[in-house]
Amino acid sequence: MSVKLGIPSKGRLMEKTLDWFRSRGVNLSRSGTEREYSVEIKDGNGVQLVLLSAGEIPRELAAGRIQLGVTGTDLIREKLVNWQTIVDPIAEMDFGYANLIIAVPTCWVDVETLDDFDEVAASFRKIHGFRLRIATKYHRLVREFLKQEGVADYQIVDSQGATEGTVKNQTAEAIADITSSGQTLKANHLKILQDGLVLESQATLFRAKKYNLDQERAKVLAHFIQSVGL
Amino acid sequence: MAQTDLIFTETERLHEFFQSLGALSVEPNLLQPADLLLDLYGEDIRARAYLTSDPLRGDLMLRPDYTVPVVQNHMQAGAIAASYTYAGKVFRKQETDIDRANEYIQVGYEIFGARDPAQADADVFCAMWQALDGLPLRVQTGDISVLMAAVGGLRTTGERKAALLRHIWRPQRFMFLLERYAGISPDPESRRQLLSIKNPLAHSKHNIGLRSTVEIEDRITRLRRDCQVAPISKTELDLLTGITQLNETYPNTLTRLRDFAVDLPGISVAIVRLEKRLEEIEKRSINTSALMFEASYGRTSMEYYDGFVFGFYDDSDKDLSLIATGGRYDALTCRLGNGSLLPAVGGVVRPDLLVKARGQACPLN
Repeated sequence: MSVKLGIPSKGRLMEKTLDWFRSRGVNLSRSGTEREYSVEIKDGNGVQLVLLSAGEIPRELAAGRIQLGVTGTDLIREKLVNWQTIVDPIAEMDFGYANLIIAVPTCWVDVETLDDFDEVAASFRKIHGFRLRIATKYHRLVREFLKQEGVADYQIVDSQGATEGTVKNQTAEAIADITSSGQTLKANHLKILQDGLVLESQATLFRAKKYNLDQERAKVLAHFIQSVGL
Repeated sequence: MAQTDLIFTETERLHEFFQSLGALSVEPNLLQPADLLLDLYGEDIRARAYLTSDPLRGDLMLRPDYTVPVVQNHMQAGAIAASYTYAGKVFRKQETDIDRANEYIQVGYEIFGARDPAQADADVFCAMWQALDGLPLRVQTGDISVLMAAVGGLRTTGERKAALLRHIWRPQRFMFLLERYAGISPDPESRRQLLSIKNPLAHSKHNIGLRSTVEIEDRITRLRRDCQVAPISKTELDLLTGITQLNETYPNTLTRLRDFAVDLPGISVAIVRLEKRLEEIEKRSINTSALMFEASYGRTSMEYYDGFVFGFYDDSDKDLSLIATGGRYDALTCRLGNGSLLPAVGGVVRPDLLVKARGQACPLN
């Protein structure tokens, strides 16, 4: 049995992850064709690589099917209840920066803070007869954030993609989504609430906590972590 | 007897006891329409309830409590005054603690439409008291309408009072607003900027979304008006803070509240309610001199409790388990009945926790 390291299977996140490990003396390389989901680790000494969607890495860590995984803090916190008891962040990787924020239409000139947002939610519900809708795929994070901030009279509507378009399409009044530069928001006539930062996220190497490894695998894991200089 | 048998026996006993008080036994469906519950309770309930869907009936919820279906039953039957009891499982997701039950039995007793609220409050409270008789439980009571009356009595605008009342159930935001209205915490910079511009909407383009320009203009007008309002006085701020922190025996509570009423006469009506209720409870042979009253009790548990609230706790349990709880929820029936009034007060017992408490009080061999 080897120790498994899950890394994002696509695009820039994967390339950056490979670079990160390379810069630390661990040689990961794609094997086979561009489209084949396979990466090899040279001199891995028992560590095997698994390519996964970044969104599935939290679940795989929690299930103990991989022992190490690279994914965003946002996904870990959204998908794993009591995440601190399930995974250990062992290295912040300094890329994949993204903020989970709450944004409202730019034309809402009277709304800049959560306090404004909460007041507007109250009158919106009175006038329109339903709770102000926030489109997001980060249901738990947004709900917990707004509960902690004491915001009322809103509802979350699920949006798995093109979230910035929901306001224009009138399927939501506000959105909560990941942004890095804010360009997409601007293009869709949305602005970020001043105190609407739900979470700051970056790519992070996590270790699964819950499962006790046998002695041999524990050794392999410890050796690998040491070899990347952690 | 096995634990499950003990719980079953306890469930039966409680259910029969409430029936013996004249309550009609009802059994609403396990699956409840989700839309109504989500609209009433908001996102909190989505985090706590099991949602499922049906191709014809839409989103459904495994009943998270009995309150709403029992009230609906009553309203649909067109009844005026009635009392009900029920015994069955409710379902609650536990997001943080795996050891907490996610399905458990509740046995409840609810009184609707009673003409004298003091009597109905006392009836429900004493029914719970009797149902749990003989156990060394800590009893906590409160009355959210005291704080509501205090807010109503402030010398400030109706809009500010409404904003405070809306956040009675969110103590942190309540204090935040109160301090803003008292001039202690300043208005946010963004608001001052907005109000310094003569026509903030002049350069606004791309009006997207359902919220109309008229709604935005109306709010700006309200904000302009609000920034002219004199701050809530330091005296009133201190009084309100004092009330939120009040946690005393009833004799001390009444003394303190009467002191507060000198400067905040608006709470006098709530004091009278408290006295009448106390009288009714004593008439039912419960000694109230050691009973505790906490003005903020129940503020974070359920948004729609808006009067008398109570809880029976087992302090010997490491989780300080809440064995029975309840209160008055006229605000909920008002919302459900589209503004029509239906006085409602009720409570529920958790037989599983009761069995556990009995085991600790006098272990069965």
